[in-house]
Amino acid sequence: MEFLDASLPYIMPIVYAVLMISVFMGLCSYSVLAERKVSSWIQGRVGPNRTRVPLVGHIPILGNVMTGLGLFQPVADGLKFLFKEEIVPGHVNKGYYYLAPIIALAPALTTMVVLPFGRYVDADGITQPLVLANVDLGMLIILGISSLGVYGIVLAGWSSNSKYPFLGGVRASAQMISYELAMGLALLPVFMWAASPGYYDSEGLFVEGSRYGMSLFGVVQSQQAAWTILWQPLSALLFLVALFAETNRLPFDMAESETDLVGGFHTEYGCFKFGLFFVAEYAHIIMGSGIFVLLFLGGWNFLPWVADPWGDGIFGSVLSVAWFMAKVFFMIFFFIWMRWTLPRFRYDQVMSLGWKILLPLAVGNLVLNTIIIALYDTLTR
Amino acid sequence: MATTTKEISIGDLGARSHGAEPTLQGETMALNVGPSHPTTHGVLRLKMELDGDIVKSCDPVLGYLHRGDEKIAENMTYNQFVPYTDRLDYLAPLANNVAYAMAVEKLAALEVPDRCQAIRVLCCELARISSHLLGIGVYGMDAGAWTVFMYTFTEREKLYTLFEELTGARFTTSYTRIGGVARDIPDGWLGRVLEFCKGVLPVLDQVDKLLTRNRIFMDRTVGVGAISKEDAITYGLTGPNLRACGVDLDLRKDKPYLGYEKFDFEVPVGTAGDCYDRYLMRAEEVRQSVSIIRQCIDQFPEGSYYAEDAKKIFAPQKAKVLTSMEELIQNFMIVTEGPQIPAGEVYFEAENPKGALGFFIVSKGGGVPYRLKIRGPSFCNLSILEKMIPGHYMTDITVILGSLDFVMGECDR
Repeated sequence: MEFLDASLPYIMPIVYAVLMISVFMGLCSYSVLAERKVSSWIQGRVGPNRTRVPLVGHIPILGNVMTGLGLFQPVADGLKFLFKEEIVPGHVNKGYYYLAPIIALAPALTTMVVLPFGRYVDADGITQPLVLANVDLGMLIILGISSLGVYGIVLAGWSSNSKYPFLGGVRASAQMISYELAMGLALLPVFMWAASPGYYDSEGLFVEGSRYGMSLFGVVQSQQAAWTILWQPLSALLFLVALFAETNRLPFDMAESETDLVGGFHTEYGCFKFGLFFVAEYAHIIMGSGIFVLLFLGGWNFLPWVADPWGDGIFGSVLSVAWFMAKVFFMIFFFIWMRWTLPRFRYDQVMSLGWKILLPLAVGNLVLNTIIIALYDTLTR
Repeated sequence: MATTTKEISIGDLGARSHGAEPTLQGETMALNVGPSHPTTHGVLRLKMELDGDIVKSCDPVLGYLHRGDEKIAENMTYNQFVPYTDRLDYLAPLANNVAYAMAVEKLAALEVPDRCQAIRVLCCELARISSHLLGIGVYGMDAGAWTVFMYTFTEREKLYTLFEELTGARFTTSYTRIGGVARDIPDGWLGRVLEFCKGVLPVLDQVDKLLTRNRIFMDRTVGVGAISKEDAITYGLTGPNLRACGVDLDLRKDKPYLGYEKFDFEVPVGTAGDCYDRYLMRAEEVRQSVSIIRQCIDQFPEGSYYAEDAKKIFAPQKAKVLTSMEELIQNFMIVTEGPQIPAGEVYFEAENPKGALGFFIVSKGGGVPYRLKIRGPSFCNLSILEKMIPGHYMTDITVILGSLDFVMGECDR
């Protein structure tokens, strides 16, 4: 018992992490389903509606509804990837070839650690984030680690030893590097506004520096009144565009662009390795949606200028998580919606959009916000 | 690998950056696109040389779908060849059927009755709509807009149902016979055609909203793959691809057949000859076709659907064959020997969805052509690839190929 008490602080994070990964992977597979269903609704089709799990699928009315909505489809999709014959072309560079899908997925799962997804009120009455690790530099960690995701794509393109994946890999790396700049710059004003030049501590003394730093929790707490998107629409737009580019989604899916590059970087991948790339794409989308919601859509805060209606207890925490997830689902829907509405950019247009439009705008936005903040602080101090 | 070092002065660098021809800094990459590749819409193969992302040269390789249709034609009667014409431009088989039948009829100097002509006009225009709907849809898909494809394809399905009612087959229609059509239009079919026309225009408007003023789509297509008027004529382009370049040539207007002169319709003509213009051409042509169909149905002639006086060409009605001696013999002769076409040579071109589909037929009399040559518009339209593609980005190729809207069945024959 003593041993258990001592080791509990170490065991519980692992349990939480496993829990979170399971939920997250479930979300990934269901966003694949969402993509298929939403796209079919947009296009006037029906979408997956045949997969039926024995027993559950045969519950009188519910079973039919679930089957019709394709709720069992992710299981079938996943199993299909698992049971497919594993074909590895003879000309690939084996080591990197196997490594690439892992590297593609790992960053998305890692960034999950610092992503707060709800709040609770602790014994002292202080609001705390629900997060695996509440790090002050949360956003920096996310930016840093998620940009490693491009290595998966570059390695896949390179190790495939084939021309179409190679072109896809090269395009992806150039694109991601270009858009990361605009993305980072678009974020800074948000944190500058969220982080006040100082705060009054519990004894009423002014402390220089920010209470929250680059913590995502701080940004969400600062949006209790107005969501960032309402007074930082330009930052939100820039970040959103960069997010689309970073997640390799249409209209920016240069790495994949199936009409000219066949399948882009994953042309030579089959079975579960392709499945990993597939899941990685959706993992990035979910992470991106989550970050966008936290930064610009008020996180788990109810509505702009409306106090959170949920209480302090466990029930309140659950509601905050649910509200946060609802916003994330909306963003995922937005991603899907865009994909099935817009045509695809050409590679050089993506690059000139990134360097000639987004980057100057982001810099201008940053400078402008800096000036405003400086004036504001000087005048109100 | 041996390496050489070279000292570069500031002056050199200046000279290099200013005015110097951008020379290739490394190797070019040979890239083989096709014959099985999502952008080639069939079995076109392009051998390309890439400098980075820019195509230096492009060598189209054709012939993967060659079936020897022209030789096959020499070994069968005129009517037996009709199903082979289905497989030329398989997105508009009805229009091919009509063009072929008219070529043979021109050789036989045979006039078909008004009703037959009207049916054929409907066939041609419905086929045009079918082909252009696919053209626009696939073009959108090539540019990355999948939804457009699904929208237009839904309309095509309705069109196929109409074809099925008319001809008995959704895809390979084989509807015309020399001297007429296989059977009269079914009851109420014209009403259903009008209903389809009513439904197709809103879908076109939807596509319009999705693509026409879409900034991304315009960025991808405006100024891309531009063909000059002169080039278009030199390379023998026809159809929407030619008209997009600003050449006002439409056989329906310029050499009217099937009574097209009676209909009031516009021929859209482009200005720039780029991919965007080619898209606009097709969208507008669908609208014009709808207008032609409405005019045609408005005053649909009564009468026979085949040339009754062409006793040696069009097989008589089955009911008469079983009751009358003369018709029995007539039927027997046409079935065994084929329609009797006089000796001579003829060339006939019809304005098909993809361009001018021409048939050159040499007959030595009897029921079998001595030689039959097909001018496939897709084949001629593709001839410009070699000149057009170099200098474009690799990604542009999908859009250029999509905008040319070719069908390999017609290309390779």
